[in-house]
Amino acid sequence: MSPAPVPLPLPALSVRGLSVAYGREPALWNVTWHSPPSGLVAIVGPNGAGKSTLLKAALGLVPRLAGEVRFFGAPLAAARRRIGYLPQRAAIEWDFPATALDVAAMGRYPRAGWFRPLPRAEREAARAALAEVGLADLADRPIGELSGGQQQRVLLARTLAQEPDLFLMDEPFAGVDAATEEAILAVLHRLAEGGRCVIAVHHDLSTVPRAFDHALLLNREVVAEGPAATLLSPENLARAYGGRLRAPG
Amino acid sequence: MSFVALDLVPLLAAMLACLACGLVGNLLLLTRQSLLGDAVSHAVLPGIVLAFLLTGSRDAGPMLAGAVLAAFAAALLVGLVVRAARLPPQAAMGIVFTGFFALGVVLLEAGVGRRVHLDLDHVLLGQLEALVWPAAEGWHSLLDPAALAALPPEIRLIGAVALSVPVVLAALWKELRLLAFDPEFAAVSGFAPRALSALLLAVLAVVCVAAFWAVGAILAIAALVAPPAAARLLARSYRGQVLASAAVALAMGAGGVLLAGALPWLAGWGFGLSASGMVAVAGGVLVAAAALLARARESR
Repeated sequence: MSPAPVPLPLPALSVRGLSVAYGREPALWNVTWHSPPSGLVAIVGPNGAGKSTLLKAALGLVPRLAGEVRFFGAPLAAARRRIGYLPQRAAIEWDFPATALDVAAMGRYPRAGWFRPLPRAEREAARAALAEVGLADLADRPIGELSGGQQQRVLLARTLAQEPDLFLMDEPFAGVDAATEEAILAVLHRLAEGGRCVIAVHHDLSTVPRAFDHALLLNREVVAEGPAATLLSPENLARAYGGRLRAPG
Repeated sequence: MSFVALDLVPLLAAMLACLACGLVGNLLLLTRQSLLGDAVSHAVLPGIVLAFLLTGSRDAGPMLAGAVLAAFAAALLVGLVVRAARLPPQAAMGIVFTGFFALGVVLLEAGVGRRVHLDLDHVLLGQLEALVWPAAEGWHSLLDPAALAALPPEIRLIGAVALSVPVVLAALWKELRLLAFDPEFAAVSGFAPRALSALLLAVLAVVCVAAFWAVGAILAIAALVAPPAAARLLARSYRGQVLASAAVALAMGAGGVLLAGALPWLAGWGFGLSASGMVAVAGGVLVAAAALLARARESR
């Protein structure tokens, strides 16, 4: 991947007054948050806190009741090419007839545009993305025959192949083993060092201070946000989780 | 002489209709929406009957337009029922699509006698046997413009549909694959999944019209499901899936028509077999064969 030449001054993701409801149940209420322009950002909070919903509403995948979303200061339609989305692994039907390379290549589709087959050079770029996540040898393996961790890395490769400036990742570490988690984290750190912004919905509070630069603590509303190293104080956690959790470490 | 005049057109009609349906059926199977095919094949009936009653002709244009309009009207109505009656989509589909089908049957019966014949049996079970080509005198008639002009009009419609479906699938190859695999990713990367889904619905309505004349409304689902289902058991790639489904579809159409003609003769039965019924049977047999083949390959 080519390094981003200049630091990006605008917030990578900026939401203002965002509210979302599923039926009568509010999932997000009046969320206003501006992410840093770059770096690794964790979205944490209890189950049902609306973490995934925040990403999906920002991307227009679920309807929002109210609120405004900007990516690098621009609306979604003008920023699509700068955004990469990594869905939850469980949201994908893995028995689909496709190889790892087929899936990674989907990240290059926007470059080919409508009605055109994917040029060979784009397919090679997808192959390079697979190599970046350590799956070069499994490029031609059907995705249904991959392990959970390998499937997760295929999705990561597809997102890398998009070469976005902002990565929105829904539980990139869900159900993967420790080695895969380290491998994925290494890739994310390289992205952050290259000036990209990675916003990941995350479950494991214990790794947040070590692995992330910044964090947003969410429980339908913004509970707190700030540097990952200090955000998860006992007070903040009590406010988000209702006193059921203690500070990590 | 008799093969070309009596059997060639039904054979081609069954093969081409199954090909068109089977290709589109891949996208339904891979998105776990195969029953949408069943629903749409029923919902298009009132559109076809209305087009037929209004124009009094079996021209392809009005009939295809009527089918597409009926499919979209039914889809919109399903959305309305889901919201208004708070029913799950499956239940709403069951109500709306059978309602449309029933409306089509009523329209058909009300219109019979006023216009030239459109037979309920034909609509429900296909009319392969009726697609005879009396002008044909032998294989050389395939090169005779006068004889070709006297081909049954249904075969033109089926042929046009069977030719255009692969063109659409090829032009939108990567877009439809992306839609089938991960519609959210398609949305985020700007490949309008709603527009693609609407297009898929339109194409589905069109192939259902082709299936109508070949195997009829009731057995159209066999042509939509059997080829992709058999292919899914054998293929490991998307391209393999599409190619295998095309091969199975052609075999299913040909096998059904040929068996319907040959079996009673070989067995000395005093009764004939329905060609459209045998097409559906052939589809089932091919899926079973693919399942056995896949199992044998796994255990090896």
